[in-house]
Amino acid sequence: MLSPRVSQKIAFILLFLATLFIVIPVGLVIVVIIQKGAGAISWEFLTQMPRQGMRAGGIFPAIVGTFYLVLGAILFALPLGLFAAIYLSEYSKDTFINRMIRLAIINLAGVPSVVFGLFGLALFVGFFRFGASILSGSLTLGVMILPVIITSSREALDSVPKSFREVSLSLGATKLQTIKHAVLPHALPGILTGTILGVGRAAGETAPILFTVAAFYLPRLPESAFDQVMALPYHLYVISTQVPNVDPKIRYGTALVLLAIVLLMNLVAIMIRSHFRSQKKW
Amino acid sequence: MVTPPSVKIRIKNLGVSFPNSVALKDVTMDIEPRQILSIIGPANSGKTTFLKTLNRLIDVERDAKVSGNILLDGKDIYREYEPALLRRKVGIIFALPLPLPITVFENVVYGPRRQGIRDKKRLGEVAEKSLRDAYLWDEMKDRLEESAIKLSGGQQQRLCIARTLALGPDVVLFDEPCSALDPISTGKIEEAMMKLKERYTLVLVTNNTKQAARVGDKTAFFLMGELIEVNATGRLFTAPSDKRTDDYISGRFG
Repeated sequence: MLSPRVSQKIAFILLFLATLFIVIPVGLVIVVIIQKGAGAISWEFLTQMPRQGMRAGGIFPAIVGTFYLVLGAILFALPLGLFAAIYLSEYSKDTFINRMIRLAIINLAGVPSVVFGLFGLALFVGFFRFGASILSGSLTLGVMILPVIITSSREALDSVPKSFREVSLSLGATKLQTIKHAVLPHALPGILTGTILGVGRAAGETAPILFTVAAFYLPRLPESAFDQVMALPYHLYVISTQVPNVDPKIRYGTALVLLAIVLLMNLVAIMIRSHFRSQKKW
Repeated sequence: MVTPPSVKIRIKNLGVSFPNSVALKDVTMDIEPRQILSIIGPANSGKTTFLKTLNRLIDVERDAKVSGNILLDGKDIYREYEPALLRRKVGIIFALPLPLPITVFENVVYGPRRQGIRDKKRLGEVAEKSLRDAYLWDEMKDRLEESAIKLSGGQQQRLCIARTLALGPDVVLFDEPCSALDPISTGKIEEAMMKLKERYTLVLVTNNTKQAARVGDKTAFFLMGELIEVNATGRLFTAPSDKRTDDYISGRFG
């Protein structure tokens, strides 16, 4: 038998090591990618078209493509997800249909991203005849991040104290006014955080854009929402596996840009959250 | 239905039930204008539920079923009023001070803004008047842009009173407004109430029988969801007509 003090110590060390272990892969990924990719980063790399079958030049169209896709995904998924979250949190009663809706959202979150890709191909590219286009890709990514946005928005709405709603109603506000003025402003940081995390995921996924928008090699910028574009994750896949004799520096440079974009978004999410948290005191 | 001007609120056979319990049984009484009605009784006797029926805040509780009638100035509040409109006429102060985490000024004008008042000058006037009436103006006039969360508990509760007065109500309900406050803050709230009854009809739920005796013109005693007795405060405390009232105020139970 160990004395309680010794087992306390051992437990502490074990728990600490387990936590430390999480940091190692994150750190390694970042270090390796920066080490191998930093050399490729230059103004030309970020702003030029690819040349010589992607073996030289820059990745500008892929950056622009990813930007458009992400923007389109938010424009579609944020309003829809937020409205759904408001309905589920503030209005819906515990009926059979609403339970099915909640179950559907949970399941939507668990669908593999390649299935979303096929779904987008069937619905947006095929059925709606949007073709392989920014529109199809954005909508597919939007559907994929809907559960993230709905779930985080609901959590944010539910974390606003019930008393705020009671106070607002008691001051003669209607239900809609109460949601707009006493609930949403205080749920906004959480909603934004969830949205940005969803965006980060949308920026990094390859499978959903594979059949719906991503161009193999398209060294020009899109002119409308019905054009195909290159996108960073797919471009990375292409130059890593489909094109022979690509300088590894270019691969890691592309990975670094993608990683930087996603990490930057997460950083913005954290900054928004801590900014609002410093103001809220209840 | 017509009620005489000596009746502000007429309550007839009011009952509230939840799926597994009955919160109020067959309450009938009149509330007179420009007076303080104190409501006393042990925990779980339906006092707060009673208050929440008076401005239909009970509607928020999805399972509650309300029966009977409540007439405000002769109009049935469950049939002839929009809830939002009713709640402007019948304000409520909660047990805990619950300022919204926005500025002092925005707290006070929350109600007026929801009524569509945008004019800065007018909102400013409403805010000043309401804060004066809640005895808070002198302390707050230089702190209007501060977060209401920073105020002391007593100031927060008076801010909540000002916020309710800004609605221009006829009736103000107080749900144990001093239960989270120290004696000095309690004194200030009571002082404000005594002044307010000159213009408003007040209903005060309190766990503190001494407070009921101090400020109430009339006092009602609730027990297990029933109104046992309502009488002039002096009379209820010296010569109650029901033995259960006597037992409660003399501290034999509750």
